[in-house]
Amino acid sequence: MSFDVEAFRAEFSFFQQHPDWVYLDSAATMHKPDAVIKAEVEFYQQHNSNVHRGAHQLSQQATRLFEKARDAVALALNVRRREEIIWTSGATEALNLVAAGLMGTVLEPGDRILLTCLEHHANIVPWQFYCQQHGVFIDVVPLTTELELDIAVFQQLLELKPKVVAMAEVSNVLGTIAPIAQLVKLAKAAGAITVIDGAQGIVWQRPDMQALDADFYVFSGHKLYGPTGIGVLYGRYELLNNLRPLRYGGEMIKAVSFAGTTLNQLPYRLEAGTPNIAGAIGLAAAFNWLAEFDSAALKSHKQQLFQALYQGCKAISGITLLSPATQNAGILSLNINAEHPTDVAALLNEQKIALRAGTHCAMPLFQALQLPGAVRLSLAAYNNDHDIQRTLQALEQTVELLQ
Amino acid sequence: MTAHELILQSKAPYTAIAAQELPAIAASSDWQNKYRILMNLGKQLPVFSNDLQRDEFLIAGCDSKAWLLHQYDGITQKHYWAFDSEARVVKGLVALAICQLNGLSNNELAQLDFTVLLKPLGLYQNISPSRQSGLQAVLDKMASQIKATG
Ligand SMILES: Cc1ncc(COP(=O)(O)O)c(C=O)c1O
Repeated sequence: MSFDVEAFRAEFSFFQQHPDWVYLDSAATMHKPDAVIKAEVEFYQQHNSNVHRGAHQLSQQATRLFEKARDAVALALNVRRREEIIWTSGATEALNLVAAGLMGTVLEPGDRILLTCLEHHANIVPWQFYCQQHGVFIDVVPLTTELELDIAVFQQLLELKPKVVAMAEVSNVLGTIAPIAQLVKLAKAAGAITVIDGAQGIVWQRPDMQALDADFYVFSGHKLYGPTGIGVLYGRYELLNNLRPLRYGGEMIKAVSFAGTTLNQLPYRLEAGTPNIAGAIGLAAAFNWLAEFDSAALKSHKQQLFQALYQGCKAISGITLLSPATQNAGILSLNINAEHPTDVAALLNEQKIALRAGTHCAMPLFQALQLPGAVRLSLAAYNNDHDIQRTLQALEQTVELLQ
Repeated sequence: MTAHELILQSKAPYTAIAAQELPAIAASSDWQNKYRILMNLGKQLPVFSNDLQRDEFLIAGCDSKAWLLHQYDGITQKHYWAFDSEARVVKGLVALAICQLNGLSNNELAQLDFTVLLKPLGLYQNISPSRQSGLQAVLDKMASQIKATG
């Protein structure tokens, strides 16, 4: 079945509002289909009440919708138990929760953890902060000259017996797809707890948690056609149950006296305070909406666009491509001659190409690449051939203006 | 090169920009042409050596690194600046501001509205907010330097 991109695009009111823009910044945040927006609005207009606490029927109804959203995500990710889905504000909060929650419970002074050099700051800084406090050492997997994770070094570092291995499935700068199934297997064989940052990866490929067998997996709703301010921490039940909460108060508590407090069960023990109810419902709507489309067709459409963009850029003299063409989830980082990425972006902005310039919250990666930054073009399935043509023309114009 | 020498060396290029490129940008009608001129302004201006790319001269609030040097001549009561940035757009925009302000006295500067300096150039509607705020950060710094001597 061929994919009708125009029909897909018509699901997004945003594009009707901005017909003259080419949006190539989906790795930063995606546009949301009207179905998702409608689900959030409907919640507020028709069902708004707080969850888990009202004595009234309205609250029970809101609670039902909220928990139904959890079920939808649990089903989409094929987890063992619905309590393994914890709502967070996004990938960043989820990673903070894992890093903080493992310190002192799993990670002890003198232990080691393993990260990779292409991580987003959200998968570096929480670890760094808590590891420093707790005397835990961090090792870093480098890249090969082909910009892939160096598996040989990965295996050597596993011999140091890290208790945690945390890594991104897809690099938010290079777009490269890590062989996480293989890496999870290796890490688990070495006895490590595995944490996958799926913020970009989930867009590329819906994970099957039981098949993947990672211990933790995090993502943000807004990078997957969902609302901002909602994300998910998936965790293996036993591990989640032993994770020390990052926040305290509200529904996470079973009983409080000044002598002490008993925490509630999962998932609530990790969801302090009033949750982002409408956000959760919106994210579930995104999963349900996405299920209406053939995911293989979406993927191959995006791959076609990526190849056209890649080959087109390669043909423009002056452009240096950072991202590899193969094993790429649809992110193309590039530079033009020795120009500063912000200059390139400024000229592309003039031509109404929306993209990002700089170090993309991955400064250690740019240190490894020995580059001051790059311009990042990121695709989504709602992009079309016209977007690619416009972008290539704009890049040619930009190269010319920078001469 | 010292900061003083660099500011001295920048005087003539800024004057030339005020006479040539500033009106040329204002007069040109398409954005490509405006940018073509803007992007090349930096080439006329001296580049800061490593020892002048010091933190004390660094402007916070730009996407790219940027440094501003200032000098106040107590005898003539005139202000002079020199500016460098990793990015050509910012270097060009700031050059268009400095070339209108260089060599003016406290009194003259007090009467100027910095917010409309670049308005007649027809660039502003195009420039992205982050670039505008980069430029704004430099203009704010200049205003505070003027104030400190006034
Ligand atoms: C790989 C990766 N991890 C984590 C994050 C953080 O996501 P958020 O800002 O939604 O929490 C991002 C977002 O840019 C990302 O690309």
